Amino acid sequence: MGQEAGGQKVDTNKRKFLIAATSAVGAVAAAGVAIPLVLSMQPSARAKAAGAPVEVDISKVEPGMLLTVEWRGKPVWILNRTKEMLDKLPTLNGILADPNSEMPQQPDYCQNATRSIKPELLVAVGICTHLGCSPTEKLKLGGDSGMGADWPGGFFCPCHGSKFDLAARVFKGVPAPTNLVIPPHQYLSDAKLLIGVDAKGA
Amino acid sequence: MSALQKMMGWIDDRFPLTATYKAHLSEYYAPKNFNFWYFFGSLALLVLVLQIVTGIFLTMNYKPDAELAFASVEYIMRDVDWGWLIRYMHSTGASMFFVVVYLHMFRGLMYGSYRKPRELIWIFGVLIYLALMAEAFLGYLLPWGQMSYWGAQVIVNLFAAVPFIGEDLSIWIRGDFVIGDATLNRFFAFHVIALPLVLIALVAVHLVALHEVGSNNPDGIEIKKHKDPETHIPLDGIPFHPYYTVKDIVGVIVFLMVFSAIVFFAPEMGGYFLEANNFVPADPLKTPQHIAPLWYFTPFYAILRAVPPLFGSQFPGVVAMGMSIVVMFFLPWLDRGKVKSIRYRGPIYKIMLALFIVSFVGLGYLGLLPSTPVATLVAQVFSVIYFLFFLLMPWYTSIDKTKPEPERVTG
Repeated sequence: MGQEAGGQKVDTNKRKFLIAATSAVGAVAAAGVAIPLVLSMQPSARAKAAGAPVEVDISKVEPGMLLTVEWRGKPVWILNRTKEMLDKLPTLNGILADPNSEMPQQPDYCQNATRSIKPELLVAVGICTHLGCSPTEKLKLGGDSGMGADWPGGFFCPCHGSKFDLAARVFKGVPAPTNLVIPPHQYLSDAKLLIGVDAKGA
Repeated sequence: MSALQKMMGWIDDRFPLTATYKAHLSEYYAPKNFNFWYFFGSLALLVLVLQIVTGIFLTMNYKPDAELAFASVEYIMRDVDWGWLIRYMHSTGASMFFVVVYLHMFRGLMYGSYRKPRELIWIFGVLIYLALMAEAFLGYLLPWGQMSYWGAQVIVNLFAAVPFIGEDLSIWIRGDFVIGDATLNRFFAFHVIALPLVLIALVAVHLVALHEVGSNNPDGIEIKKHKDPETHIPLDGIPFHPYYTVKDIVGVIVFLMVFSAIVFFAPEMGGYFLEANNFVPADPLKTPQHIAPLWYFTPFYAILRAVPPLFGSQFPGVVAMGMSIVVMFFLPWLDRGKVKSIRYRGPIYKIMLALFIVSFVGLGYLGLLPSTPVATLVAQVFSVIYFLFFLLMPWYTSIDKTKPEPERVTG
């Protein structure tokens, strides 16, 4: 392989090799420059630090009342469930997609029938697991919530119609694939809830 | 030689000004039988210019900061002299951009403008469409209203549905764990710098490719087959300037009449161009009762909603939505018809195209509505028709009974 130039034989294979080598080195350099640009789009140190735990006074959350607080920019619901609401939960297994909370959507200490530490107090991230809208509270049973007579009380996502029960468990046949997330949390005292960290040793 | 000619000569020795003018305007021969449908390419260019110019003036008063953004838009609307006009031109321009682009694409479908040798023109065009959707989506976050916020939340969460890397990918896109100031700031950067540059570059290659092969026409035949033996000018071609520049000016005037009527009398267009909920500042803790994307995204949004979650993941719906656009790239190779234009196509293609348009418009309508079981079922039927239009095309275009094409354009 080769061609004549100025009476001399030119080794085009060497030229091709040099072109390929130069291109490869250039591509590596370009990729190297791209890395800091791409990584600069990650959450900044300030954004990461903003994910601090939130302390909530729950002494005024009466039975049947829902309190929404902000944690990491997301709504977190604190729902004090009445006995009537709690009694309803075990009867719903048939219409739920994951009644026993087998998907890892909660800390281990909340993988129970009520998905909570204290049975009456539900703490859940109010962000639909479908596409991130915040479901609307439809706590009342039956027609009072405008959800039809057999509505057991729960949450309804206005964006795409996903439904969740009062333990934030997802219904079957709705767009959301999994139960709502239960954030790590702990009770500092009867009146103080800390959202964002597990209890030590938990 | 006049002074002007001398100056042109001086420039032409250094820059191909006259040659470029001739190649793209005075000696670019376009088919003489362009009809109504050929207005929309030049109108898209007009809207692009309008958007860039009004956008530049909006950035002079807009603040890409989560604390200030909503108020700065209200400031533009109330306190900046003529600010309301500039903003309404920009918001109306966004919707009108999609109106003309959809009509432009429909023209391509009718007359087979994507067929050989214009495959690359079509591909560049689909890329422009994609860039335009990205540009519109990014821009919609900037007013920082409720619809801005929750719309962005939903769309960014589509990326979170990608298996394995989804969560990290969506965090990387947002630059935070939720839509926030970092997201707004970077969407602003993409909206005003990155994507406009991409759009302009794509429009340039779209036009260069068009002028290389020459325009298609309503008959779908090549005017270059019959050239004057002496001048080598296509017998059915006329110079773009002055013939089509003058024709396009008529289109521009009619378009601007419609455009002005919207800007001055119905800038919100009953909630279709500017949604009511977007006049409420973004609230990360509360989703509006009903959220729907702007009308130009609703066909794809309806496809997304039509696919149920499979295996505990919503990824299939996201894939279906993505594929509904990706499939457009393959159109030039899916069409096996012997003729290009709908004028000489057989009945099967006409029926399929009609079904496709009904499905696309139907999906667009359903995407605006809250989801109900009936609406979801209808959306599923339309989605299937949408895909069958493309996927069955190799079969139904090759068995269709076509009429013979004429040798010369028919006027």
